[in-house]
Amino acid sequence: MNSITLGLKKWWVPGLLIVILLLLAGLPRFAPMYTVILATSILMYVILTQSWVLFSAPTGYFSLATAAFFGVGIYTAAVLGFTLPLPVVVIIAALISSCLAFVVGALTLRLRGIYFIIFTLGLVELIKNVVLWHAIKFAGARGRFVVLVPNNTIYYVMLAILVALLLTTFLIRRSRYGLALQSIGENEEAAAHTGVNVTMVKVITFAISASFMGAAGAIIATRWTYIDPYIAFKSLYSFMPALMAIFGGMGQFYGPILGSVVFAYLEEVLITKFPYHYMLLFGAILLIVILYLPDGLVGLVQKARKTVLQRGEHAIT
Amino acid sequence: MPLLEGEGVTKHFGGLAAVSHVDFQVDQGEIVGLIGPNGAGKTTLFNLISGALVPKAGAISFRGEKINGLKPHRICRMGLARTFQSVKVFPNMPVFENVLLGSLFGTSNRQSTADAAAYAGETLEFVGLSEIRARPARDLTLANQKRVEVASALATKPELLLLDELMAGLNATEVAQAMELVARIHDRGITIFMIEHVMKAIMNVCDRIMVLHHGEKIAEGTPQEITTSKTVIEVYLGE
Repeated sequence: MNSITLGLKKWWVPGLLIVILLLLAGLPRFAPMYTVILATSILMYVILTQSWVLFSAPTGYFSLATAAFFGVGIYTAAVLGFTLPLPVVVIIAALISSCLAFVVGALTLRLRGIYFIIFTLGLVELIKNVVLWHAIKFAGARGRFVVLVPNNTIYYVMLAILVALLLTTFLIRRSRYGLALQSIGENEEAAAHTGVNVTMVKVITFAISASFMGAAGAIIATRWTYIDPYIAFKSLYSFMPALMAIFGGMGQFYGPILGSVVFAYLEEVLITKFPYHYMLLFGAILLIVILYLPDGLVGLVQKARKTVLQRGEHAIT
Repeated sequence: MPLLEGEGVTKHFGGLAAVSHVDFQVDQGEIVGLIGPNGAGKTTLFNLISGALVPKAGAISFRGEKINGLKPHRICRMGLARTFQSVKVFPNMPVFENVLLGSLFGTSNRQSTADAAAYAGETLEFVGLSEIRARPARDLTLANQKRVEVASALATKPELLLLDELMAGLNATEVAQAMELVARIHDRGITIFMIEHVMKAIMNVCDRIMVLHHGEKIAEGTPQEITTSKTVIEVYLGE
């Protein structure tokens, strides 16, 4: 009995995930176009959040560079989208973003705490201004047009990126590499003295996480049709993934996913229902969550489950 | 050739010479003690040897190879492991995973996960923590956390083990157990270099003792010679 419940516990999260992914794969067949577009935005936020979590949660390095890698992906699509096939563009975007993360990581991952956070935020501004300078000086225009892609294609590419990301996360967590990552977050000095090549583990994970951010940027850019540095390198895209992860709760694997789905959906609903006050409402909801749900939505779920289980036990005895 | 050798090792913090022109050597199979008043530079010297700090001048070599300037993980994989004065375990990981990290990453040859897990299990057995292997390290007593640290260091299969105040903060029974553990580690053929304030321990187990004061080596010799040395009594042991 006990081993069966344990087995169930172990499998219900991946099982549920597979069911959800299958449903998502069939979504464009039965849902209206509006739902597909909304789902694409939600998937994009799930990717940004989950790839942020991949690096920042175990290591404790709080990165605000998401917008930089995302923006590099967006610009890759704008520059190469008209000449190369879409999958190639997405892969190149992932590669460029991860190379950038590799270089930046090698230079800055020795910084800890607040210094790292500020540097990563500065990186977004730096790249934004370099791109802006280049655009005005050489191209003569601030923005660029992006190749058009059908909505269903955008949706499926986004879904494929998410599946790849979830698989990567799962494999890293299960491997010795995942253990090394966790040891860095718990005590970096001890990890180094136990034989973990802390610099390499950090830099490579940072690069892997950035590659998914870049891929997501490349595909979402095709929906926006026009981009400029202010759109592509918006610092909001740095804060959102971190907020969504905290909102969902980082204690569990599904926390950041749940957080980003609910958060992204909430944003959409609030924008459409209350176009003038949505930021205000959004802020209020966020404050309530931070104040009253320190463990995020996951904490709420666990509390609810505990109450239900306790009631069940009382009913039996 | 000595196992570990240092020549003119120097490290400054700002204007302060934490370690200055220290020569030392540890031979294969020895247990060498390092003593001195607080702030004498003992832990700094260990940090220089293990790669946590880089010396400003001087050379440190391990088995004849120069190691100053190498990253800590490289030094660890060469067979030089250490523990810390302020216990550094991985608090939220189970005891077993704490040790597994050592056998997965710290050995000179990369082992398969199964072999690494088997060796981590053996090492836990050796330090006597098998029964609590599933508990998170943060829930253990100080004495047991120190054992976890020793176990993860041993799991890297070191030739030389640096122990930084293994006995600090332990009660009399625990000190006796720790001394016994040091002796058993030595019996496995591992050379030991240890910082200690518990005089009984250091006098009983060490073959040779070095004394640091204000970053300089002021004496070196057998426990007998150290306890009778006039300078050592003046600066450290007291009348």
